[in-house]
Order: sequence, then structure tokens, then C-alpha cells
Amino acid sequence: MNRLADEDLALLLLIRSFERKLLALFERGELNGTTHTCLGQEYVPVSLRPLLRDGDWVFSNHRGHGHYLARFEDPEGLLAEIMGRKGAVCDGVGGSQHLHRDRYLSTGVQGQSLPVATGVALHLKRREPGGLACVYIGDGTWGEGAVYEALNMAQLWRLPLLVVVEHNGIAQSTPTELQMAGTIAGRAAAFGIEHTRVTSLDISEIRRHLAPLVETVRGGAPLVVEFATHRLGPHSKGDDTRPPDVVRSDWYAAYQAEHPDQSARLEAAARARVDAIAEEVAARPPAAWTPAAGSPAGWMPA
Amino acid sequence: MDARVRVGENLNQALHGLLGDDPGVYVLGEDLLDPYGGAFKITRGLSTRFPDRVLTTPLSEGAIVGAASGLALAGEKAIVEMMFGDFAGLAFDQIVNFAAKSVSMYGRRVPMPLVIRCPSGGNRGYGPTHSQNLQKHFIGVPGLSLFEMSPFHDNRAVLDRMLALEEPCLLFEDKVLYTRRMYEVDELFSWDLVEDVAVVRFDGDLDYALIAPGGVAHRAIAAMRTLLLSHDLAGALLVPSRLYPFDPAAVLPLLGQVGLVCVAEDGSAGGTWGSHLAADLHTRLWGSLRRPIRLVSSADSVIPTAAHLERDVVLQDSTICRAVLEALDG
Ligand SMILES: Cc1ncc(C[n+]2csc(CCOP(=O)(O)OP(=O)(O)O)c2C)c(N)n1
Ligand SMILES: [Mg+2]
Repeated sequence: MNRLADEDLALLLLIRSFERKLLALFERGELNGTTHTCLGQEYVPVSLRPLLRDGDWVFSNHRGHGHYLARFEDPEGLLAEIMGRKGAVCDGVGGSQHLHRDRYLSTGVQGQSLPVATGVALHLKRREPGGLACVYIGDGTWGEGAVYEALNMAQLWRLPLLVVVEHNGIAQSTPTELQMAGTIAGRAAAFGIEHTRVTSLDISEIRRHLAPLVETVRGGAPLVVEFATHRLGPHSKGDDTRPPDVVRSDWYAAYQAEHPDQSARLEAAARARVDAIAEEVAARPPAAWTPAAGSPAGWMPA
Repeated sequence: MDARVRVGENLNQALHGLLGDDPGVYVLGEDLLDPYGGAFKITRGLSTRFPDRVLTTPLSEGAIVGAASGLALAGEKAIVEMMFGDFAGLAFDQIVNFAAKSVSMYGRRVPMPLVIRCPSGGNRGYGPTHSQNLQKHFIGVPGLSLFEMSPFHDNRAVLDRMLALEEPCLLFEDKVLYTRRMYEVDELFSWDLVEDVAVVRFDGDLDYALIAPGGVAHRAIAAMRTLLLSHDLAGALLVPSRLYPFDPAAVLPLLGQVGLVCVAEDGSAGGTWGSHLAADLHTRLWGSLRRPIRLVSSADSVIPTAAHLERDVVLQDSTICRAVLEALDG
């Protein structure tokens, strides 16, 4: 694997340490609700980072911490959101899977985002030519009809829509073979939409391959980029029912073997940074928020 | 009746029994297969015993309900598990504009034995799109019945009843209820069934009556305890299994005696089951009611993720308590 710039590897390991910390906090009962970690998939948003511009929109999903951190490098705000503390990106209302900041938005209902991104892409095409809307979805989300309705419109209207598929071979507990007939490539082809499959775990290679393709999206050609990737951890927490021998390639294991010194140095730094953030955020007061509610019958203000 | 069994286990056993007794029953939903057995483990064991009729599906809520309707149309019986009740939104058209209407829109009755199970409700920190109770959006649809799981109604009997209606039914299941025990009430109260309605009550004269779906039962009973011990107010709780349409005839005598009737529900305020029920009861009990029927529900708000914020929005036992005290004071 090509050696990464310290900046890239530091970001990758920040995401990994962040996700590990979340699972540890859950185990200790210090987090409430649910969370979906992107362990093993960190390189997807980090690869795309220099290919996206500030004016581009990013739509994320339930497994979005890496997407958010690659865009904003704001582990404090994200952790505060997940822990419901002061300084939370969305005041603790949205939580892990409902984030909105500038031109970044995530939702927890699968399939919702693609049509919305299509509308945003329509706006960009007319008002900000050269901008694009990037949507992250999983392989399982291709079960939702809204995905196809959006692809059809995006192609009909030649919109700058970049669909990034994190194909990790599983949706919650269901392997892809049990939930997808045919292929993502075939589905994109049905709409005449360009599709490319990324199997490499090497970020420099991935960027070289994708850079010219992303430029074509900016010109109004929708594109589906399918990453063959692996979910290392559970779907949310403690819910991994896969047999232990199932193959889970880890980009980091491969990288670490080839670049042990850089890995050790930056991993230690990332872990220390996340430990310190977790301690600092946990000590903050709770996030404050008041519902902007009307007062229909039945509501007792607290 | 095994009093120690959890509500979720009771439902799981009901599904096992139903699939075992009736070879025409199918169960469809996401992530149902063993060893996972569904997001809330309600379908655990079913796919191993009945692999041909327990189908795990792609993430396709609209098509799942559509396919279930097709099974029902062709003479089978179908039970759908929505992973989260919130996602019934994706199946709204199939439920409202196909399944429910098809029972009567072709001039002669088309039987449609179909149950859509909707794990609902908050207090689990799942956030705005995984914590709602969407009940109110389905009230008043011709041909569509609404039921709610309760700790006092055996789920097998409820499932049998829904399928026997031969009309689509939504079964709302409060997620917190899955881990509570069946038939268990505070020792201050006793309970009984009056037709379809479980009545949990203080033995003596009653100051007020609460009406609540099954998912609110424990919060209501906790409020009744506080009202009795700290405020010397005696109450009864009425828990119907079928919420809509609901015929209150059997409980009108009880409701006519009390100083206050209060409907407590989990959904957000505004346009709710409670307001529908209150309008009906005002008409039926006009003349014996001593004060207007009081409604209490979750706030008119999205459900925040953070625990402390969620607590302020979602109906709690303390909210019910305050509503009763305020109404009796007023
Ligand atoms: C409409 C809808 N149905 C079901 C779910 C529950 N759910 C959340 S994530 C998920 C699996 C998604 O799989 P995939 O798209 O492959 O993404 P991955 O989790 O593998 O990253 C499911 C079923 C949901 N959030 N929204
Ligand atoms: Mg997946």
C-alpha cells in the first residue's frame, strides 16, 4: 500500500479511535440509545475528501460518523451530539444518525436521502454549476424504491449526483445474497448511469481513479461509485450474528503491516486525542433545547 | 396464564403457535432470520421452524406490505413486521390506499387477513425517526383497524382476532413493553377484563379514570400509585386492545361514575386517538360527566435523541399525574 500523508492517516485513525471509543462507552453504560460504527470503512470518506469541495452537499446515513469527521474534523461536536452534551452539533436532538451542519445532512430512514439529494443537485446545476450532491448509501438501501425513482430523475435531468455505495456485503444481519437480486452495476446500467467499482484499499490509488470521474459528475453526469468494503464491527452494538470465520478485510491491518512506525505513532496520538475529548465532553453540562411546539390539547409543558 | 412470561416472549410464542396451527400464515419482515430473529427478537425461532413461511425481506417496506396484501388476496394470511413502526410511513399507500380500501372498493367484500406489526414509542434514545407512535395517522381509515399490544391481552388471542376480521390491522407494540411481564400489576390494584377492555382499579370509590393503550399502561399505573399514596386519589385504568374502531359501551357505566376521565397516549399531541375518543365520550356521557375529558400525550414535537431531552417530550408517569391533578383542581 502506498504510504499516506500523515494528515490522511491521522484522520483515518481519528475516525477509528472515535468509533472504538463509542463502543467502549456503550459497554460501560455511558451512552444511551444506539449507534452504528464505520469500523473498516473509514477510508471511503477519507478517499473522497480532497475530491469534494466546500460548496458540495453531502448526504449521509445511519453509519455516518466517518462521513461527518472526514468533512468537518469535529469529534468534539459529534461526541457531544451522541452524548447529549453542550456543544452538540444538533443540540442533542438528532443524535448519531440525524445530523445537519452547513451542507451536510444525515437521516435515519433508508432511501430518504437520494430523492432529496436529487433536488439539491437540480438546484446546484442551475445556481452553482460545478457543484455536486454526494450521497452515501449502503448495499441494503438498494431495496428501497425511492432509490430508483431518484436515479431515474437524476439521469433524465442530467444532474450532478454522486452516489457512493458502501457495499459491505451485509445489511444489519442480512447478507447481500438474501436481499439483492442482480448487481448494483446492473441497476445503474438500467438507467444508463455510469458505475465504477472500487476494490482497492489504497487511498492514493482510489483518488487517482475517482478524480476524473468526479469531474464528470460536476458536468451533469450522475455517477454510482461502489466501494467493495467491510464492516468490521457489529451493525449497532452487540448484534453481530455473523459466523466468526466470515472474511473481514481491514485496510488498517494491511497498512499497519507495511508502515508500522507511522501507524504506531499516529494511532497513539489519535487514541490519546479521543480519550481526552471523551473526558472533556463527558464533563460538559447537558445539551439544552426547547421544542418549538404549539400547544394542542394534551400537551403538558414540562 | 403464565404470569412470569415477558410480553415480548408472549408475542413470540403467539407467532409460533399461529404458524404451527395454521399452514396459511406467513410472516414477512426485515432481518427476521435466526439467529438474529428480528431487531427486537420477536420472531426468534420462527424461521428455523417454518422456513417456507417466514421470509426475511430486502429493505422495502412498501413492497413488503404490498406482497403481504397479495398473499391475503390469494387466500393466505400475512403478518408483517415493520422493523420500526416509524417506517410504516413508507408503506402508507399500500396500507391506506390498497389493503384497507380493497376490502370494500370492488363492490363486494374482499377478505384481507393482514396484520402489520409496528414496534413503536420512545424512552429508548433511538431518536426522531425511530421512536414515534404513528397511530394517529391511521385513525379513521375505512376498513383499517388499530390494535395495541398490552400486558393484559394475550397476544395469541389478539392475533387470532385480527386475522378473523379479514381486514388489515395495525398492531402497535410499545418497545419498552417487550421486556415487561405479562399480567403484572402494582399490589395496590387489581385487574379484570370487561369484554375487550382491561380494567386495572383501586378497590373502592373512584375519583378518576384513565383510558390508555397498552404501551402506556405501566406509566399510567405508576401515576395511579402516586395519586393514591401522595394525593389520596383513587383511580381506574382502562386498556382496550382494539383502539379503533372502539366501542366503549361496556365501560360507560364506570366512566359515568367518576369525577374525571383522562385519556393518556404516547403519540405527539394534536389530532390524536385521544381527541377522537374524547369527542365520542363527550357525546355518550353528556349529562353524567362532571368535567371535560382531559387529554394527555407526548409533546407536539419531534422526539429528541438525548435522554434528558427525550424525557421532557415523551409522555411519562409524572405527566399523567400532573394532568389528573390539574384537571381535578380546575
Ligand atoms: C426505511 C428503513 N428501513 C429499515 C431501517 C433499519 N435499518 C437501519 S440500517 C439497516 C441496514 C442498512 O444496510 P445497508 O444499506 O447495507 O447499510 P450498512 O448498515 O451495511 O452500512 C436497516 C435495515 C431503516 N433505518 N430505514
Ligand atoms: Mg451494507
